[in-house]
Amino acid sequence: MRFVFKRSYDDDIRLFKHRPQMFWYLALLVLVVALPWLLDDFFLGEATNVLIWAIAGMGLMVLTGHTGQVSLGHAAFMALGCYSNVILLQNGVPFIIAFPLAGLITGVVGVIVALPVLRLHGIYLAIATLAISVLSEDIIVIAAPWTGGVSGLSAPAFDIFGVSINRYGTPDLFYFLTLGVTLVVLGAYRNLMRAPLGRAFVAIRDSEISAQAMGVNITKTKAISFGISCAIVGMAGSLLGLFAGAFNHETFNIVLSIQLFLMIVIGGLGSIHGAFFGALIIGFLPQVIAMTRDGLSNIFSLGSVTIPGIESGVFAVILICFVLFEPLGVYGRWVKIRTYFELFPFYRKGMFKRQKSFLKTERMK
Amino acid sequence: MDIMQLVVSGLANGCVYGLIALGFVLIYKATEAVNFAQGDFMMLGAFITIWLVNAEYMGLNFWVAVPIAIVMMGIFGYLLDVLVVRRLFGQPQIAVVILTIAIGFVLRFAVGAIWTHEPQLLETPFAGGIANVGGIVLGYEEIAVIIVTLLLTGFLFLFFRRAKLGKAMQAASQNQLAAYYVGIPVKRIQSLVWALGGAVAAVAGILFASKGAIDPSTGLLGIKAFAAAVIGGFGSLPGALIGGLIIGMVEPFAAYALPAGYSQIAPYAIMLLVLIFRPAGLFAQMQNKKV
Amino acid sequence: MSLLTLENVTLRFGGLVAVNNVSFHVGEGEVFALVGPNGAGKSTIFNLISRFYTPAKGDILFNGETILNKRPDQVPSLGIARTFQNIELFEQSTVLQNLLVGRQRHAKNGLLSQLIFSPSVRDEERRHRAVVEEVIDFLELQAYRDKYIAGLPYGVRKVVELARALATEPKVLLLDEPASGLSVEETQDMIFWIEDIKKQMGITVLMVEHDMNLVSAVSDRVLALADGKELAIGTPSEVQSHPDVIKAYLGGTGGAKE
Repeated sequence: MRFVFKRSYDDDIRLFKHRPQMFWYLALLVLVVALPWLLDDFFLGEATNVLIWAIAGMGLMVLTGHTGQVSLGHAAFMALGCYSNVILLQNGVPFIIAFPLAGLITGVVGVIVALPVLRLHGIYLAIATLAISVLSEDIIVIAAPWTGGVSGLSAPAFDIFGVSINRYGTPDLFYFLTLGVTLVVLGAYRNLMRAPLGRAFVAIRDSEISAQAMGVNITKTKAISFGISCAIVGMAGSLLGLFAGAFNHETFNIVLSIQLFLMIVIGGLGSIHGAFFGALIIGFLPQVIAMTRDGLSNIFSLGSVTIPGIESGVFAVILICFVLFEPLGVYGRWVKIRTYFELFPFYRKGMFKRQKSFLKTERMK
Repeated sequence: MDIMQLVVSGLANGCVYGLIALGFVLIYKATEAVNFAQGDFMMLGAFITIWLVNAEYMGLNFWVAVPIAIVMMGIFGYLLDVLVVRRLFGQPQIAVVILTIAIGFVLRFAVGAIWTHEPQLLETPFAGGIANVGGIVLGYEEIAVIIVTLLLTGFLFLFFRRAKLGKAMQAASQNQLAAYYVGIPVKRIQSLVWALGGAVAAVAGILFASKGAIDPSTGLLGIKAFAAAVIGGFGSLPGALIGGLIIGMVEPFAAYALPAGYSQIAPYAIMLLVLIFRPAGLFAQMQNKKV
Repeated sequence: MSLLTLENVTLRFGGLVAVNNVSFHVGEGEVFALVGPNGAGKSTIFNLISRFYTPAKGDILFNGETILNKRPDQVPSLGIARTFQNIELFEQSTVLQNLLVGRQRHAKNGLLSQLIFSPSVRDEERRHRAVVEEVIDFLELQAYRDKYIAGLPYGVRKVVELARALATEPKVLLLDEPASGLSVEETQDMIFWIEDIKKQMGITVLMVEHDMNLVSAVSDRVLALADGKELAIGTPSEVQSHPDVIKAYLGGTGGAKE
């Protein structure tokens, strides 16, 4: 068991609670920086993919995990970021400007969309954002002069200060670019959550009425949250487009929206860790399934059986198990395991017991 | 008579949307849970019927197979609640949303794995039949869809208004704890509602598959049914049907009047507008939280 | 001088007149209590002052200026803080984080400086923390500082709500049934705190309370309400012995449930 003795208010403000924690995160950072020398190109690509999912996950986590607003339509904003970035690049804007600008555009559009939509609550918000995702697919097709319509666009070559970065040519550089964006987003996210705005987000999530009575402007704060969320997701979309090389309206379909949401649920809503755990699962699940399948068909000599859609099927089953048995997600399970060892042998089973509440209807009849 | 033709096909489509929406509303009204898998329930019901009826599978008589399929879907709904959904009793609403989204994924995958992802058509005794009503040519399937939908909505409406079980379902939805105290078996009632939701979905699926081919991803049609339910004001059975009919009618007319690409947008655009400007739909039932 | 004034305030819910032509004023440094049976409109008056409801008629003045043009989230900036009858804390946060939300109205830094956590944000955080620590010391919440609300007993939550309202550094504190659900000892603590809030901090208190023991112990003046109407106003003992008040409590004229 570890006791942290606090000596000043800064102990609660700083990013790491104690030295061992800082050590482990630094070790993790060293590991991820060293990855290009440890992995072959294929797995480095997979790692890049995971990071892109993690960025998108952080984007949605701001809104859903910390502000409590469900969005089933964030693929629309990934698409917006991706298309803005590529269109800017095609028009000769250097990447170093185009990329943040794409994020900014997505964020501003997010705020504009949020103002009417975020007046809705719970299930209505979920449905409205679902509609936005469906609409965005059709809008991409309609806006063919810019977006290439059904045939889509392909990502142009780009460089940062003369260094050309390409997913296939220089996978390690592309990985470092993605890692850099991940770290910047992560830093900003952590800062936000220890500042007044982050607390206002959480306040809105837990009790809108109370937040309002404490002076939080609900509409404005929700819109800012949506804007930040969209800006981050837009950057993830930009990277996804560059990573995929070519994309069209179907790249950013409704299933992507829903998967993104389900991913942060599996990872653990309400914690930044959750976005990363979720990204790891969604990124490596196809590999795990493929390996399991190959293993099984070798044992039973079935030849190569392919079951279409098995990834989403398995993913959904995992999700159902989490919703039923571990609603706090992978991160929640991890905290329990860690607490078990920290408190050993004093861990009690009921320590993280959830409070059950009987729900009363908000409808009147 | 172009316009009339559009109206009829719109009505028939709208009825199917309306029936899926009816399923949402039914479950929402009685359990406060929103079943995002309702469209996939519909798809599953259709495939079970296809499996029972079509010559390449079981080849049963249509009129024998239909009740079996409806009962099977009822049992499916009941078991789903008992085994899975009930465990979330008292959890936030969004937990059930996540759960049902995942169930939808699983159903799509399972149906695809069992009956392939190819589109299939239900073989019905009335396939291809045509009636000429006052110069308008109607397919038997379309007439069947409209009649069955009207009957089912009427039945459900009366059920909730008059039947004891229906009233108990209403009570259970409004205040679970109070309903529990006055002796209503809240959990069993909720399971029965899920069974009813499954059965209604089966009817919708049978009607859909007799009108046109169906494949596992058709379950995503549920989103359009959401639009229907929203327009009808998420708590009203007749509202859901009317919403479905509105969406069904808008589609062919939008396709007729607007350039390609724009017409698919119409149902969702209408839904968004309704959500933003009349979030309570046509039959308002919402109330702000009291402090 | 009068700090908070209600002038002929009326509010209807459909056919029900929840607040009927009520007028009163709360002087600076005063402890003013609203009493009355359930459904008398006490909490509704709080919700009117917090601007969750808008009166159909009448005016609400703070420092001589109307507050009817303010949104609910602008009310705390005037210096009006409140607690809730059914505790409305941020369940998934610690006590410390809850109290820091109370500092929201004093937050000055923009979005960008918060994203990079600039030195000015850090300074501001330290200042907020210092104020919050004073409140924690005052209400003896040190032991619960880093505990999550979800795991706290009812009595402590009640105190945390009071603490969060104090953290906003209000001029007027609205307490909605501060003693409901508290044990005798906890109620006694609450009496001392309310007295200290008045005397040491110079904060004006307007409260709704059923516990006449607490009301008579701390209040300067009491307004009795029934069915949304004023019955009597005066010192606690005057109001308690007023015939209309006795009738309202014993005669069973209590209206619809609140």
